[in-house]
Amino acid sequence: MTTVAEPHDHDLAHAEHLGHETHDDHKPDSYYVKIALILAAITGLEVALSYADVGPLFLPAIFILMAIKFVMVALVFMHLKFESRWFNLVFWGGLILAVLVYAAALSTFKFFLPS
Amino acid sequence: MADIAVPTAVVDDHGHAGHGEGHGHATSLGLSNNKLAMWLFLGSECLLFGGLISTYMLYRGRVSSGPGPDQIYDIPFTSVSSFILLMSSLTMVLAVTSSARHDDRSTKMWLTVTGLLGATFVGGQVYEFTAFYREGLGFTTSLFGSSFYTLTGFHGVHVTIGVIMLMATRGMIARNRIPGEKAEVVELIGLYWHFVDIVWIVIFTLVYLIPA
Repeated sequence: MTTVAEPHDHDLAHAEHLGHETHDDHKPDSYYVKIALILAAITGLEVALSYADVGPLFLPAIFILMAIKFVMVALVFMHLKFESRWFNLVFWGGLILAVLVYAAALSTFKFFLPS
Repeated sequence: MADIAVPTAVVDDHGHAGHGEGHGHATSLGLSNNKLAMWLFLGSECLLFGGLISTYMLYRGRVSSGPGPDQIYDIPFTSVSSFILLMSSLTMVLAVTSSARHDDRSTKMWLTVTGLLGATFVGGQVYEFTAFYREGLGFTTSLFGSSFYTLTGFHGVHVTIGVIMLMATRGMIARNRIPGEKAEVVELIGLYWHFVDIVWIVIFTLVYLIPA
């Protein structure tokens, strides 16, 4: 016969050790709400920029805003800021590899040259 | 000895606790194998979407027939869709924090809200595709059309899979059917969901906001 038991202290400690459910750096919900509001404001700014005529500043500005949003979601919402460096290595490594591979692929099609 | 994972353990007649498969056992890196697998999957997804985005960037100006990107995109509508998906990331992170507090009621509520926001986004995408098709942009109309539908369609499929996973997890939590740690399961689905969101952050900027 088997019975379901309450978790033991050593089990919880082990789960914590594996980073399963307890991040010491977990923030209160209001922190995530603030981050979401900042992300929404940046999105609004991006859309406003696409309608405004800012000339050559447009591309750098829109890329910087996109990168800020991307990094904020990855670091805060995905908790990469608080996670093991192995997870960071796997994700950012994959991302950087993708950017380099496809930048090289696009350059073979003369994508970055003025038409 | 039956297997149910940590922290809920199964005790046999002799009082021995068993650890569930894939949970709780020591790993050489000291990390959860499940989380490592999810991060590896997301790292590989960067390459998938990188390929699709690059193909779109290459072909977005190739409009042999039918409308081009500047004639067809509805930026205000897509901005609202983007806002909805962004807010779904907030509700997802609230589900993860609720789950870490072992608050099943809040977890179920935030998972439901996230699923609804995701379904709204997918509904918006279906509406957008229908409107574009009526305006003359089919899948084979031009290289622009093919690459646009492939990229945004693949993303839409990812969101749809995410919605199914959210609803399935919500149902499993309600029936107490999740083997192992609920918090980790919700966190893994959260990682997938946030990834889908950051891919859209890139697509929204590169595809919709930067003129061809």
